[in-house]
Amino acid sequence: MTRFSAWSVFWNGLTAQRGWGRQWRDPEPKAHYDVVIVGGGIHGLATAYYLAKNHGVQNIAVLEKGWIGGGNAGRNTTIVRSNYARPGNREFYEHSLRMWENLSHELNYNVMFSQRSHIALLHSPAAMDRAARNYNTMRLTGTPDAEIWGLEQLRKTVPHLNYDTHARFPILGAAVQKRAGTARHDAVAWGYARAADQLGVDILQQCEVTGVVRKGAKLASLQTSRGEISANKVGFAVAGNSTRLWQMAELGKLPIETHKLQAFVSEPLKPLLDQVVVFGIGGAHFYISQSDKGGMVFGGDLDWYKSYAQRGNLPIVQDTAEAAMSILPCLGRVKLLRHWSGVMDMSMDGAPFICKTPLDNLYLNAGWNYGGFKASPASGWYFADLIAHDRPAKVIENHDLKRFERGVNLDERGAGPDPKLHG
Amino acid sequence: MIRIDCPFCGVRDHSEFSYGGDGSIEYPALDGSMQDWHDAVFMRENICGVQTETWQHSSGCRMWLLIERDTMTHEIHSVKPAHAGIAKVLEAEK
Repeated sequence: MTRFSAWSVFWNGLTAQRGWGRQWRDPEPKAHYDVVIVGGGIHGLATAYYLAKNHGVQNIAVLEKGWIGGGNAGRNTTIVRSNYARPGNREFYEHSLRMWENLSHELNYNVMFSQRSHIALLHSPAAMDRAARNYNTMRLTGTPDAEIWGLEQLRKTVPHLNYDTHARFPILGAAVQKRAGTARHDAVAWGYARAADQLGVDILQQCEVTGVVRKGAKLASLQTSRGEISANKVGFAVAGNSTRLWQMAELGKLPIETHKLQAFVSEPLKPLLDQVVVFGIGGAHFYISQSDKGGMVFGGDLDWYKSYAQRGNLPIVQDTAEAAMSILPCLGRVKLLRHWSGVMDMSMDGAPFICKTPLDNLYLNAGWNYGGFKASPASGWYFADLIAHDRPAKVIENHDLKRFERGVNLDERGAGPDPKLHG
Repeated sequence: MIRIDCPFCGVRDHSEFSYGGDGSIEYPALDGSMQDWHDAVFMRENICGVQTETWQHSSGCRMWLLIERDTMTHEIHSVKPAHAGIAKVLEAEK
């Protein structure tokens, strides 16, 4: 495998780009692995990578039913941030952001992480106060780049928002995280796949788990579309379909509902928006950034009813377009290029699960709600740590399935136990 | 767009309705055990296939409905009024 460097890019430029090989192998499944991770999304691939790198596990496979990066890894709006205030969340996401800052170097793969700042618009004095409380909490707990902006600074930085004082929700200011930004989602999946493969991880695509064989309180093996595979330890990282695997293992119910979330991209434009801008008040929810190709990438609310179908409905398209027009009226004549939908684990408090399960050698990584993309490096880091040491690290001690029984909620939004409300 | 045949108003777009949630949940008695309430409030079967769910015709007759819908294809199999689970709890309270 050629390592990417300035020299290798230069040399291949002179030799008609013939020097590049496959980025990862396409091995045949073995009958047995030390650790099998089900789900070849960014979380699963990152977990395999950190298991091999941090914990020296040799014999690992990642099973993916389609192709890697084809699920939610390729269906998000690529926003990376760590503006969380609740204990448990803030340390976790800040760790993740710090990993993002070095990820291209770590993986020797350009994930195009761009720290262009995340600007959450505020529309009432109460919202300003709440944001000030949260962002002050962040500053006091290790996230130094949290700022509250007044109108003057906001206007100077993003002049083309709708600042009309007669707007239904006039803009009063913004909560800003400057180290937040976007990354190239495919590159993250490919980067982790390539780096894990180099450490000997078998990435098995077109390998769907069709059954789970249990032996007492242990998971004995997985039946897959490419034959039966046994493992000492198994991790599920299949957000969106966690319940389906969980029920294949006959483990009953989870505190999760599956909902779908749409995202959109417009035709490419000249440079227009140099930040991530978020608009959320009343019935509106909207977040937008511009990709390196120029397309405006944006999203809104989920589709409001439970669904496993990876296709969005039209009322939400209209809803999102209306939110776009109310905040960035200059987009009015821009054409939508395409829209897509991914299915997500919406959990009961809007926070994820990285935990042990009722089966001794089965581990669960699930419940990522809207926020799985930014979490993926830390998710892989802590999930690998959990699988290797069979105990949760301090940071994820409340990321277990029993937290509701203990009265613990990691509910950033305070929306209560209704999965669809944790936007 | 899903089209829902409201028993009171006729066939309408789903955008007239608000999705409630899993309609198969049986709520325990108010003095029921903590574990039963935990399971009812937090745990979900999250069916991939036909599930019973609650919808409210919030921009129409405002009646709550019990709908059998496929969560993969969105096909609706039946629509009937009222939340039997909540009704039962209220009945038991009398």
